[in-house]
Amino acid sequence: MPAKMRYRDQTYEVPTGITIRDALIRLQIEPETVLPTRDGELLTDDEQVREGETIRLVRVISGGAPGTDRR
Amino acid sequence: MKCRKCGERASINMRQHKLALCREHYLDWLPAQTQRFIEKYAMLTPGEKILVAVSGGKDSLALWDVLDRLGYAADGLYIGLGIDGGIDYSAESRRRAQAFAQSHGLTLHVHDVAEIEGATIPEAASFTHRGRQKPCSVCGLTKRHVMNRFALDGKYDVLATGHNLDDEAATLFGNTLTWSTGFLARQGPVLPGAGGLARKVKPFCRFYERETAAYALLRGIDYIDDECPFAVGATSIAHKETLNRLEADRPGTKLAFYLAFLEAKRKGAFPTPVEGGRSDLHACSTCGQPTSAPETCSFCRTWDSIRHRKLHTERVV
Repeated sequence: MPAKMRYRDQTYEVPTGITIRDALIRLQIEPETVLPTRDGELLTDDEQVREGETIRLVRVISGGAPGTDRR
Repeated sequence: MKCRKCGERASINMRQHKLALCREHYLDWLPAQTQRFIEKYAMLTPGEKILVAVSGGKDSLALWDVLDRLGYAADGLYIGLGIDGGIDYSAESRRRAQAFAQSHGLTLHVHDVAEIEGATIPEAASFTHRGRQKPCSVCGLTKRHVMNRFALDGKYDVLATGHNLDDEAATLFGNTLTWSTGFLARQGPVLPGAGGLARKVKPFCRFYERETAAYALLRGIDYIDDECPFAVGATSIAHKETLNRLEADRPGTKLAFYLAFLEAKRKGAFPTPVEGGRSDLHACSTCGQPTSAPETCSFCRTWDSIRHRKLHTERVV
């Protein structure tokens, strides 16, 4: 039974037994831009994807208005 | 992966530092590093009255939390921008900022732009050439003005913002692509205050964005994780994505880029203007804030025009 990754309202199926980092690379998601969580617990991306689980990816990039250095 | 301090399961791995930490040690590490940066760049001294610009997002709430934990006296300022974007963005971010302040027993000032200036940011953008498609420009102008006014009127010693290293590196990258030497000269962990300009500091300027997000998550801070609806496609995000691709191949690239810039600046590569002594600045005839424009400042001119056009439109309708 494959595992799932949930990212920005989308759910992706990923194979089990590979690392989270490899799964992210397969999905073309930069590992630097997300934090993987399992049941609300933060994970490092060397952890293996487990059968049947759902890993939620918290996006960390934000942006918009120019910074406050301008005066 | 194991925590380097205790050998328990790590919650975060910071490849640029070759450092993995568990929840408990990470929640100690980040405030300790913040204090180190505060001292290294002479940002704050104990007893100073600090105003933190709070958006309801991860960086500003995490910063407020850390400053509070470190024992600094910091009030918050939330600027209500009136952005909906189909997700009630401003209302939700305000709710989180207020809930955080309440649960921590901290003081939050709220400045509602529509109530005080006469239009929401999206409305304002529709009435000005500064951003009919994207309100980021008028939003930035307004936030900078309001923050400065609030800091000075409230007699705060310093204004602290939650800019992280990804913000700083993206700004640096953008200004380098265009060789905007004036902006490069002003960028740094501290912007000195003088002559009507509040001193500004960025205690999180050396933390990666994922580090501040991890801190907020591990501390259980309820922040708004939706990005501003108008940030989609923003140049700053495109620059961040570019830098993250470089970071993926070579961990530490973003940090090295920023630190090398600070070092080059320290050696005089970008002569820093003395803000208070800038001969081109004078007081705006309307609001009194410093400006290099002939009479009124950019904020007053822009908002006078917005109010005028809005009134005219309402009359026509």
